[in-house]
Amino acid sequence: MRHLISPLDFSVEELDTLMDLANDIEKNPEKYAHVCDGRILATLFYEPSTRTRLSFESAMNRLGGKVIGFSSAAASSAAKGESVADTIRMASCYADICAMRHPKEGAPLVASLHSSIPVINAGDGGHQHPTQTLTDLLTIRSLKGRLGGMTVGLCGDLKFGRTVHSLINALVRYTGIRFVLISPNELRIPSYIRDNVLEAGHIPYTEMENLEDAMPELDILYMTRVQRERFFNEEEYIRMKDCYILDKAKMALGKEDMCVLHPLPRVNEISTEVDDDPRAVYFRQARYGVYIRMALIMTLLEVSPC
Amino acid sequence: MLNISGLEEGIVLDHIPAGKSMDIYKHLGLGHLDCQVAIIKNARSAKMGRKDIIKIEGGLDTVDLNVLGFIEHKITVNIIRNGEIAEKKTLRLPKKITNVIRCKNPRCITSIEQELPHIFNLTDEEHKIYRCMYCEEKYK
Repeated sequence: MRHLISPLDFSVEELDTLMDLANDIEKNPEKYAHVCDGRILATLFYEPSTRTRLSFESAMNRLGGKVIGFSSAAASSAAKGESVADTIRMASCYADICAMRHPKEGAPLVASLHSSIPVINAGDGGHQHPTQTLTDLLTIRSLKGRLGGMTVGLCGDLKFGRTVHSLINALVRYTGIRFVLISPNELRIPSYIRDNVLEAGHIPYTEMENLEDAMPELDILYMTRVQRERFFNEEEYIRMKDCYILDKAKMALGKEDMCVLHPLPRVNEISTEVDDDPRAVYFRQARYGVYIRMALIMTLLEVSPC
Repeated sequence: MLNISGLEEGIVLDHIPAGKSMDIYKHLGLGHLDCQVAIIKNARSAKMGRKDIIKIEGGLDTVDLNVLGFIEHKITVNIIRNGEIAEKKTLRLPKKITNVIRCKNPRCITSIEQELPHIFNLTDEEHKIYRCMYCEEKYK
């Protein structure tokens, strides 16, 4: 039995197989409409999430399976003080696979150590968000035709933005990747990513504060939201939230074949005037999120079409 | 001069910085052993001025000495067999340490689940960096 806790749990070859499956699901959805008949996905969401939870639910429903779960800690036994270990033992009796989101870092890892069903990390605090990473990789591979040999700009909250941390961990395994890290000084990438991943792997990267300066060289621009829930201090959040806003003027500085990704939801960091630009692919990215989660559920449950 | 008899078979931890022996007693779990343990505090030492020594009778298969590499790597570990020093162990940084240090990251799952063991993995041997197994926060 396998779990998905970190984006590194799958090898590059396994990711290729997973993305091939996702692309086939995209082309032939009817072939996969009943592969999970009789199977149940438990969505254990200890903090609010619309997109990720609906994406998982949509994925399981499109495979013919059913979904149970809760969508906030207040609606679960956690409110009564139940441990993550006990909750997953209980969920293992009710479901065949589980997707867990938790505000505390490492909670899905704890769950996987006590689970008898596959556990998928659907986001743990500011730490990892591997299924978003799989979505990002599938989007880039599908739209650019490759995952290596490009300059990737990551912009916004690089300190608490778990999608950014997971994406860096995943992309450094491909050759010819260069990062441009664009953030205010207070929201720079954490040391454990800079030291253990970028420096240790001799991955070329530049840190800068100005988005305009970075635009011309980017093949991918990955925008992130400054997240209110990651700040202990409201004043600090208000000071940081409008740091970078992508608009038409900035887009004019970018390459013609650049792709703009965003894990969504956006607040104001991408102006709505950018939405009609063909390089803005964040809504297509959300669709790829369902396909990759379908492929992931099938892979972890070891099911395939008849 | 205080005399404690020699060991026939066991472990002698020598050159422990004075005052650290009780920490080591705790981290090695010596209180749970069913054998004689002698703690000598503030022994005179030509090299260190004062030092602590721990003598453990037996325990060769049960005491996990790896954690010593994290706590104080300058300790001398003598393995005694047939009343003689059979081996001097070189201490290395353990790959994993459990319940020796605690994760201080307020966002870590260990901050709200008190029962969880605090486990740290050695991620950079050269710089002696340990990171929490759950949240990957560096131990400072």
